[in-house]
Amino acid sequence: MENKIDEIKTQVKYTAKDFASDVDVKWCPGCGDYSILAQTQRTSPDFGELKENIVWISGIGCSSRFPYYMGTYGFHGIHGRAAAIATGVKLVNPKLQVWIATGDGDMLSIGGNHFIHACRKNINLKIVLFNNQIYGLTKGQYSPTSEKGKITKSSPYGTVEFPFNAIKLADAAGATFIARTIDRETKHMQEMLLRASKHVGLAFIEVYQNCVIFNDGAFSHLTDKETKADNLLVLEHGKPLVFGANKDKGIKLDGLNPVVINLNDGVHSINDCWVHDEFDANPTRGFILSRFTDIPGLPTPIGVFRQFNKPTFDGDYMKQIEEVKSKKGKGTYEKLMFNNNIWEVN
Amino acid sequence: MAKVIQIVEDVTVRFAGDSGDGMQLTGSQFTDTTAVVGNDLSTLPDFPAEIRAPAGSLSGVSGFQLHFSSKDIQTPGDTPDVLVAMNPAALKVNLKDLKPNATIIINSSAFDSKNLRLANYETNPLEDGSLSGYNVIPVPLTQLTMSALEDLNLSTKEKERCKNFFALGLMYWMFNRPIDITMRWIETKFKNRPELVEANKRALQAGYNYGDTTEIFTTRYEIKAAKLPKGIYRNISGNEATALGFVTASLKSGLKLFLGSYPITPASEILQELSKYKEYDVITFQAEDEISGISAAIGAAFAGALAITTTSGPGFSLKTEALGLAVMTELPLVVVDVQRSGPSTGMPTKTEQADLLQAMFGRHGEAPLVVLAAQSPADCFYMAIEASKIAIEHMTPVILLTDGYLAFGSEPLRIPKFEELPEIKVNFRTDPTNFYPYQRDENLVRPWAIPGTPGLEHRIGGLEKRNIYGNISYEPENHEEMVRVRKQKVDNVQKVIPDLVVEGEQEGELLVLSWGSTYGAIKEAIENIKSKGYKASQAHLRYINPFPKNLGDVLNRFKKILIPELNMGHLAFIIRSKFLKDVIQLNKVQGRPFKVSEIENKIIEVLGGKNGK
Repeated sequence: MENKIDEIKTQVKYTAKDFASDVDVKWCPGCGDYSILAQTQRTSPDFGELKENIVWISGIGCSSRFPYYMGTYGFHGIHGRAAAIATGVKLVNPKLQVWIATGDGDMLSIGGNHFIHACRKNINLKIVLFNNQIYGLTKGQYSPTSEKGKITKSSPYGTVEFPFNAIKLADAAGATFIARTIDRETKHMQEMLLRASKHVGLAFIEVYQNCVIFNDGAFSHLTDKETKADNLLVLEHGKPLVFGANKDKGIKLDGLNPVVINLNDGVHSINDCWVHDEFDANPTRGFILSRFTDIPGLPTPIGVFRQFNKPTFDGDYMKQIEEVKSKKGKGTYEKLMFNNNIWEVN
Repeated sequence: MAKVIQIVEDVTVRFAGDSGDGMQLTGSQFTDTTAVVGNDLSTLPDFPAEIRAPAGSLSGVSGFQLHFSSKDIQTPGDTPDVLVAMNPAALKVNLKDLKPNATIIINSSAFDSKNLRLANYETNPLEDGSLSGYNVIPVPLTQLTMSALEDLNLSTKEKERCKNFFALGLMYWMFNRPIDITMRWIETKFKNRPELVEANKRALQAGYNYGDTTEIFTTRYEIKAAKLPKGIYRNISGNEATALGFVTASLKSGLKLFLGSYPITPASEILQELSKYKEYDVITFQAEDEISGISAAIGAAFAGALAITTTSGPGFSLKTEALGLAVMTELPLVVVDVQRSGPSTGMPTKTEQADLLQAMFGRHGEAPLVVLAAQSPADCFYMAIEASKIAIEHMTPVILLTDGYLAFGSEPLRIPKFEELPEIKVNFRTDPTNFYPYQRDENLVRPWAIPGTPGLEHRIGGLEKRNIYGNISYEPENHEEMVRVRKQKVDNVQKVIPDLVVEGEQEGELLVLSWGSTYGAIKEAIENIKSKGYKASQAHLRYINPFPKNLGDVLNRFKKILIPELNMGHLAFIIRSKFLKDVIQLNKVQGRPFKVSEIENKIIEVLGGKNGK
């Protein structure tokens, strides 16, 4: 049976169209969500899964309408609970590839508890966080990723709270694949999605996503031609951290402090740059990388921050079931009900 | 001196002591032995919410009541015949409940000035004559235990802790029961501490021998085995029965059992029990919170499992939003609410029936679902199976109401043969031809199409669905149609549930209508009034939404309807509004079950001089 399925998997050749549903997409024109949907549909044929084995699960928000537009199995849940619903699906049928589409409000505010616990347990789920740093569906209130001081409908004098750094949070909570990409970086996003699909364990991708209505241009410094090169740092495994229009800036680690160096100043060279190691077993460098967005003057990294393998919750759970079964034998009604303290009435 | 053996029909014993005295353990051991001897029995554990309140204090008293009999019984008994009081606080708290002339076995070693002060006794009740109406037997339990274990290499504290087994041994002697069942239990329980095996066994034997040799005990009692229907029996608590019912439903349906739950008193034991059964493919997900528990269960239902979530009052409230999602997505899901006293944290270890209206209506929007209620600890087994069957076969969430009294209480269960239990039909849709996720059969049930099935890829969720097709629809007429369809689908369950049975006369002056854990007390009350020349009938609801189809007829056959409930009148409210019929209420909200006498008195009051004829 197993072999047969593998055979079919390789035989079936899907196209992006196979992953589109017949439901009309109803996001605002220009919304970054369209790109996420397009890149997902484009890469899904390469996920190595039969279409019927892919499930998209979501909470509530603009992002969470995502499952309706995918031609796979889908479940549009309730606010913040996608990770919990997905956990139930995955535990019942570990063969399914379970994806979560969620937003910064959905997953980091109301769903914060489920998010950190899913990361902690390393459940084999793939989470795509659509982060537009604003509440879209409820029309323009600040979100847990909005920058401090942000003026919105519910913060007319500016917020007085600090935002969550989603990458840092996922890393600290125990996610085993942590990446960031941007709605406008289509090729990059495809690569991140594909790699998440292959990861065994909790894969987390933060997508910076533009909300044209309530937070337009939040990431323009990372997407506009004129500013992009000086603000965006593309992480590649084994490559030095270099950015800038002419690849003339690098990142050096001064102790534990990341500093920007000028590669053309005659003092520094590419050999001084921090070389990115996605698989670094020591979490320190990944943590420093995740903090780049909190430190003024440093570029914003996209790419895979960290990835490593450790046992998954669902994997270990199934293993335990099999171990108990082999020790005790399969359960029967008689074994269940007729325990030591039974007596007979004639 | 020869001791007299007196044959009695039934006895109620209460063990009471400090929370650290092991009274629940003592009580459950006595129960197990009593079950194996073949008596009918019913138990009522009663303990404080604190793990261990200050030693000797009134608030720290823990009790375990056991009613056992050679005839069929329904309740743990109103008034104990025998109290075992391990300290002054235990005596003080329990004295008012005893029968006149009841026997009180008192651990006289614990009646020192410190403990008397802690129990607010100004004088020692053993000396001041205040116990003159009782048959008081002071036994220095602690001291005797210590002497029995003198030569063992254990700390004083560890030796002292064995006194509950001394007391248990004494009670085994008094009621003429074998001690070997508990001996075996001790061997297994302490198998890694041989010195504790020796100590506890010795204390148990010493207690037994003390009864035999000392002259204060002149009489032993014998309670013959009860004449129960033929079969193999086990003693079972409500929570255990609920858990085993679900495992059985999983075997009957061939589905994996998935429990998403968060620990909460008094429901936690269902989670603990089910977590043992991995060889049955049972998946227990101890979630990070109540909402996650039910949400994971909804995901599990979507993926094709028999999905359940278990909780109690405050947790049940938290699950409300997700319950609406289960209604909207029309997935099978069983929610067990082991009711406890509320509101808010209320009295977590005490029982109540005050979640009925929440179960019926506690959701936003028009969100009907099936509501069932178990009537006794053993009935929890059957109702768990029934709830699973209805959920699966009708693609609907089902709420199963039990309560703290059922959860912790126990009674004998005649173990049914597997074939005697109902079949559970699972029809996973696999044919992709003309498949629509919300197409419906003659009962308005939609197909269960689970992820992994080729060609049936579809999306469901909390947004309103177009009937049949399942795509999102905000059309006004469609919404109203769907609201009506979902209601009708739940109402259609009425077709498959049994008619309400009236016990006693089929018509007459008074019907006592009830639901949940009050069944036993009412049944005994009605039997009792019969012997006094009164007549009343009983009808007990295990199906509350939908009601059995003959309920209206039944109500019309009686002049008066009395509804006893452990709340302020939830069922009464529903009956009045649904049937436009007035009812008489009997309400008790003390965190305790009804006493038989309370119901008996009310029935006699309602009947007045009419005798019910």
